[in-house]
Amino acid sequence: MDIFGIPIQALMGQLLIGLINGSFYAILSLGLAIIFGLLNIINFAHGALYMMGAFAAWIALTWLGINYWVALVVVPLVVGGFGMLIERTMLKHLYRLDHLYGLLLTFGLALIIEGLFRYRFGISGESYPVPELLSGGFNLGFMFLPKYRAWVIAVSLVVCFGSWYIIERTKLGSYLRAGTENPQLLQAFGINVPLMITLTYGFGVALAAFAGVLAAPVFQVNPVMGSNLIIVVFAVVVIGGMGSIMGSIITGLGLGLIEGLTRVFYPEASAVVIFVIMGIVLLLRPAGLFGRER
Amino acid sequence: MKGKHIGWIVLIAVGLSAPFLVYPVLVMKILCFALFACAFNLLLGYTGLLSFGHAAFLGWAGYVCGYGVKELGFSPELGILAGTATGAALGFVFGSLAIRRAGIYFAMVTLALAQLVYFLALQFPFTGGEDGLQGVPRGHLFGFIDLSDTMNMYFFVLAVFLVGFWIIDRAIHSPFGQVLTAIRENEPRAISLGYDVDKYKLLAFVLSAGLSGLAGATKTLVFQLASLTDVHWHMSGEIVLMTLLGGMGTVFGPIVGATVVVGLQNYGAELGQWVTVLTGVIFVLCVLAFRRGIVGELALLIKRSGIRM
Repeated sequence: MDIFGIPIQALMGQLLIGLINGSFYAILSLGLAIIFGLLNIINFAHGALYMMGAFAAWIALTWLGINYWVALVVVPLVVGGFGMLIERTMLKHLYRLDHLYGLLLTFGLALIIEGLFRYRFGISGESYPVPELLSGGFNLGFMFLPKYRAWVIAVSLVVCFGSWYIIERTKLGSYLRAGTENPQLLQAFGINVPLMITLTYGFGVALAAFAGVLAAPVFQVNPVMGSNLIIVVFAVVVIGGMGSIMGSIITGLGLGLIEGLTRVFYPEASAVVIFVIMGIVLLLRPAGLFGRER
Repeated sequence: MKGKHIGWIVLIAVGLSAPFLVYPVLVMKILCFALFACAFNLLLGYTGLLSFGHAAFLGWAGYVCGYGVKELGFSPELGILAGTATGAALGFVFGSLAIRRAGIYFAMVTLALAQLVYFLALQFPFTGGEDGLQGVPRGHLFGFIDLSDTMNMYFFVLAVFLVGFWIIDRAIHSPFGQVLTAIRENEPRAISLGYDVDKYKLLAFVLSAGLSGLAGATKTLVFQLASLTDVHWHMSGEIVLMTLLGGMGTVFGPIVGATVVVGLQNYGAELGQWVTVLTGVIFVLCVLAFRRGIVGELALLIKRSGIRM
């Protein structure tokens, strides 16, 4: 069976990879948007923390014998805690300054983290086995769907929409949204805003680490896996705008799919297609698809 | 004004004597990066725009200059002009897109566009991909000065640097530069005074990119090499670091920053992977404790002691 001269197996395979990449774009840009909303900082270290999540899972398995399922819960907590430590010791001194300093500081942190991991592990990368329960796959007739990939997409969607629900539909989320609008007023109502900021940063970082654990069995675990990804995620954020949580999710997934399609029809352009789309969006709708200027 | 004159005299004196004291190729590298950092500072320090994509201008100017000289038989001066024009043209494209968004988005847009042209450099056949353009001949300047002689090359690079630096110095202290500073300090006010802010930003961007191209093309002739390193985002980060460390918004700061960082990379080569970590640590320290940079802190110190006297 062919579609536009492309075997449907290949088309579906690339779309699946696109959807997986899109899930990671969505989780990471969601974290960036939440952090930016409250801290006014673009977290350049987001990619490095994602990489840390993947490595933490690998270290847990290889050195400590901790399995995938435990790592999926513990690693985000540990890396999220590390993030809170960063916020308490460094980022909190920057809130009164220009946004740019936050970007520069987290860029420095990204270099430190990446450099340390490169020193210890080299750049060749380690592989992380797919957990036993999720090995193998389903034969759907028109394509073979590996169980682990289906799991990644499903759990990413749950995490994304769960985050959306918490932020947009619960009391806790209303504090977060209020803090984004006007932190002084929220503080005056008796909410501990500094604590909330720390927890928010921790949550954003934990999301990145969670994506890292999910990615470990799909991609090679290597120290530079985060820095290449984060630049694409920045473009995703520019395209979507950071004003809306749902916007981040939809933009991330959509661009992953478009990238997958490009890999089928014009593979040479697949590395740049998201950047080209960013250029077009900037020309036609400078504020981004879901954005508002701030 | 007096301090500035002393600065120029020190700069020229050091520039003339340095190749006799230090390995000349190292000094040439420092001069190229100093020019690059000064061009970057025009944007970050004086206009308040953080570009995270300046490697694109450095690297692509290097490719065009290298290709022109090696494959098309350009003379060195024509190669450098072509490189500068490439930087400015790319700067026009990047600038036109990036100034549509302010603040933090500006940095992300420039970074993403630079990544786009990085992939192009990786895929286009004429750049040599992973190998880069190797063995670019230095040629004869104006047809009679043999640049393969290290000292000839050195004084040519020094001249290029001084001309570039003079242009930046003039731009900063002209009415144009004053408008840029006004935009940095208070953009809405600059708009309300009737300045076409976008036009000024774009002009500053193109000027900065063109001079970065000048630095990149010159660097290609010095090392006879144009490679992916110069278009990679690490390079964009490095130039931010040089400017930040030296003192953004100071005339001489980027030169000091470039000297320190290039010197560190050169003498710290045995540190290997630790160089990346060290770079990151310097970034963090600069942002947390040292935001004025070396020259900025020194200027403050002199000013304070002057008041006490």
